[in-house]
Amino acid sequence: MSMALKAVFERDLALAYRQRSELMQPMMFFILVISLFPLGIGPNPETLQKVGPGVIWVAAILSSLLGMERLFKDDYNDGSLEQIMLSATPLPLVVLVKVLAHWLTSIVPLLLLSPLLALFLNLTEPMYWALLSTLLLGTPLLSLVGAIAVGLTLGLNRGGVLLALLLLPVFIPLLIFATAAVEAASLQLPYSAQLAIIGAMLLISLALAPFAIAYALRVSQN
Amino acid sequence: MYIKGPNGAGKTSLLRVLTGLVSPDEGAVLFEEQNIIKSREQYHQQLLYFGHALGVNRSLNALENLRFWCAQHGVEHNDAEIYEVLALLGLVGLEDVTVSHLSAGQQRRVALARFWLQTAARVWILDEPFTALDVQGIALLNNRIVAHLKQGGCVVMTSHQALDVDYPTKELQLEYRI
Repeated sequence: MSMALKAVFERDLALAYRQRSELMQPMMFFILVISLFPLGIGPNPETLQKVGPGVIWVAAILSSLLGMERLFKDDYNDGSLEQIMLSATPLPLVVLVKVLAHWLTSIVPLLLLSPLLALFLNLTEPMYWALLSTLLLGTPLLSLVGAIAVGLTLGLNRGGVLLALLLLPVFIPLLIFATAAVEAASLQLPYSAQLAIIGAMLLISLALAPFAIAYALRVSQN
Repeated sequence: MYIKGPNGAGKTSLLRVLTGLVSPDEGAVLFEEQNIIKSREQYHQQLLYFGHALGVNRSLNALENLRFWCAQHGVEHNDAEIYEVLALLGLVGLEDVTVSHLSAGQQRRVALARFWLQTAARVWILDEPFTALDVQGIALLNNRIVAHLKQGGCVVMTSHQALDVDYPTKELQLEYRI
């Protein structure tokens, strides 16, 4: 079984490498949104510092939505998903590995870019560390919960808009706690409470989402 | 078992219910007296399904696709075996060409290689396996099906071509109703 899961992981990484131009799209979007903000609202450092964390988080959520469909769409269209579902490997584990591979290939690059973007928005160092920790805890949550909605909208031709409508309300609590943490950091206050809440949400989704995704995928075959 | 019927009669739907991909509105599918929804994993170890969608990723090459498929389905494999099977199917020299560059028939042959690699599955469910294959390909697949049947395997298939296997078959005629 571990051989099967390793194969899924390696295949998804290989596919991501072959289709890297597709992966660039959300990344470019992320950079563009954030670099346009200082131009739009003026270069006043205090204003930028105030809106910065929110802007980075909103851009991260929107750009992760852009790349989310890749997760299962190709496999659904070419029948690989059927074959995966007809193997003896438990589907929840397979989807967990797929989500992990997706997170590594399409979200981690965003995290790597974040120091540069924090500089654009004049974030102080403690603010940046708070931002990075919320992103590290929060973005896997985006992928896990997003995958459920991707599974549900697979059968639709233009599921992208519905996907965004389904997911954005779910991501709002995450956005609020994440920006509150960075806000607290900017005032030199402790922000471990916000991080703990995001961490708890991540753990819950880590435990439950694989089953929900697997179920959504089975429904999509009907 | 050979399932016949006009377009839209429900052949593919029937096969998908048999694989467990789709759950039936009424009734249940039993395998070794167990409902396949409940004993999914045991059933799927014994099952090989070949549907309309090939399950071959177009950005990977034949070798990568088959390696992945074997690992995923717990089939013991090494590259030499995969090369051998691909050679048998007339894909010599195309093993590391991206699948999207192969012709429709060749893409199907890549997917068909599973029938030679997976020898443990007893139940084969084939949905139009002969589509887009040339005469030689059809003959190869026919022989493989007969060999499987002679080993005591079971095949459920649909086809619009006249079936030409040297083995007693059962026929099921589906009708198109509105």
